[in-house]
Amino acid sequence: MRFDMLAAPVDGVAEAYDVVAGFDEVLVQGLLRPGTEQVAALQALGGAVSVTPLAGRVAEAVEKTIAGSIAEEHVAALVAARSALLGAAHDALLARLDEAAGRSREPWPVTPAGDVAGENLLAAARSWLSDLAIAGWRGIDHDLVSHADQAVAALLAEPRLRRLGVLLDGFAGELRAWCPGATMPRVPVRRWADLWARAVLLAQPGALAPVPVGTVSGRLLPLGVDLHEHPTAVQAQVHAVLETADGPRLVRASVSAPKVDTLVGPGVWQLLRVHSALLGAYSEQRAMELTDMPVTAGGDLIWSDACAKAGEPAESFATARVLLAGATAAPVPPLERHPVRLAEPVLVEGYAAAAQDDVVTFTLPGLTIEVDGLHSAGPLTPALVAASTACVGLLRWDGRWLLQPLAVETPVKRKTVAVHAGAWAGGASDAAGAKAEAAAADAVKVLRERAGRLLRK
Amino acid sequence: MNAAQTPPWEQRSTARVLSPARPRKLAKVPFVELADGRLQGVVSSGSDIERVYVSSLTAKDYSFHCSTNNNRPCGGIRSGGCNHLRALADEAVLQYGIARVARYLRADVADSATTGGEVLSAVNAWHQPSAGAPVFSRFLRHLAYLELPASTEPLAELQWFPAGGAVR
Repeated sequence: MRFDMLAAPVDGVAEAYDVVAGFDEVLVQGLLRPGTEQVAALQALGGAVSVTPLAGRVAEAVEKTIAGSIAEEHVAALVAARSALLGAAHDALLARLDEAAGRSREPWPVTPAGDVAGENLLAAARSWLSDLAIAGWRGIDHDLVSHADQAVAALLAEPRLRRLGVLLDGFAGELRAWCPGATMPRVPVRRWADLWARAVLLAQPGALAPVPVGTVSGRLLPLGVDLHEHPTAVQAQVHAVLETADGPRLVRASVSAPKVDTLVGPGVWQLLRVHSALLGAYSEQRAMELTDMPVTAGGDLIWSDACAKAGEPAESFATARVLLAGATAAPVPPLERHPVRLAEPVLVEGYAAAAQDDVVTFTLPGLTIEVDGLHSAGPLTPALVAASTACVGLLRWDGRWLLQPLAVETPVKRKTVAVHAGAWAGGASDAAGAKAEAAAADAVKVLRERAGRLLRK
Repeated sequence: MNAAQTPPWEQRSTARVLSPARPRKLAKVPFVELADGRLQGVVSSGSDIERVYVSSLTAKDYSFHCSTNNNRPCGGIRSGGCNHLRALADEAVLQYGIARVARYLRADVADSATTGGEVLSAVNAWHQPSAGAPVFSRFLRHLAYLELPASTEPLAELQWFPAGGAVR
């Protein structure tokens, strides 16, 4: 891996972000009455896609917005332009990363357009998202935010539309906490524009159509597990190398569960591990033998315990050292292309680690990179990362490259051992973790008891 | 070379907007939230396992409400609140931290304040019966999350929600 190649800026990324930043500022005051600066930003967005197939529709949307007669189709066109810019930035950053890692990546296959599910639910979501954009983040109030509740509940109950439901629920939770917008001390301009724009995309008919699924067989060697959570959802993604007849491939296996906001930290694993034996295998540092496991073109295994059985011991660092450099990566589905989606497994060695105010940095020849994304649901701490000598992590990008450690080799009691951020995926292995698990199990029990008495009446 | 410059919070896709709620024991107060302009939630009755109290405190004018889920008024209402509202405020402080509760209620609490009771004293709550039903239905919605199925299909959008917690 040539980490020095990540130090130089990637052509066009800063320019794309400048245009996006202008548009995102428009959303702060809302799309209803753009002022001079906002008009210029909207025109810049139109200009940025003027030689693409989006040109006509975006130009019309910009014109209508400036004229104060914006409709839902115009909102969709503006979002398409913003998403195309960030999609292009994603592609350029990923190409640089692949070049630096010497990683080959399969091309995206042509996929047929899928059918439309739940159009009435999508329409309700689009309508709320348009109202939000018209009000602007400074214009949100409790009424407007609570209008999302019904749509969210209905989307979560429809498995095919769950992705949109989970996104809207997390987004609405943030809006709710900072309501009313007029008194917010600071506005998370990029983040809320991102979440809003992705929701508008997913609410378009066909965006959530089922993706074609193939199958794959071979020996699965876990590298590490990435954990995501918001108040009402948690997801673990295992990054792994799959040894197939055609050579090693990088794949991911996800498991997600709904939750409530008081279930946090080490307590969340128990919601997940019952649905995927892979979490236990990872904690034990074992491989799994897969037979005809469903897989998407994007390299996501659709995990089923019926297609997997426990295999031989397989240590993450050994997998990373032997197989990672030669593994083929999967392409990213077009609608998911956004720099936040970059999460590429890498092995990092030979760095000098430094820690200052809880921020750890690794200095490599030609690049100093910040460590980010540690969580409290496992035993990996900033101090252990700062003392480490090798790291399996995910390369990410949020305005600059970041490294999220999944596991490190670090001295503990004068012996070098591997410490994994997701070590407790299969079960907590120390007293504090076990206590947090027991407390969370107790919370679930209380809520289930309350639900049993009150919910079905 | 030096580490690339950290972009400002406003320009980060994964900027942390909320600190995660803290775990707490749920037996007495199974549900508390800051929503719809209110501190609101549900307190289990000490005497009847089938009964819960629905309590809320409005941020706008500090009026409060407390009744059973069957809409019978709470018998313990005094000026400044009732025991259920106090329990609710205490648990809200455990779950969200006093700063977030005070900010949401726009309550002027002392820097040394640590409990929900102190938040209540700071706002001078006054009783005004309103409907408990919307709060109770928020609670039922909350409980319903645990009835929804898990899935092994990837949720790409959760890349915007990295797990956080005590560590940065």
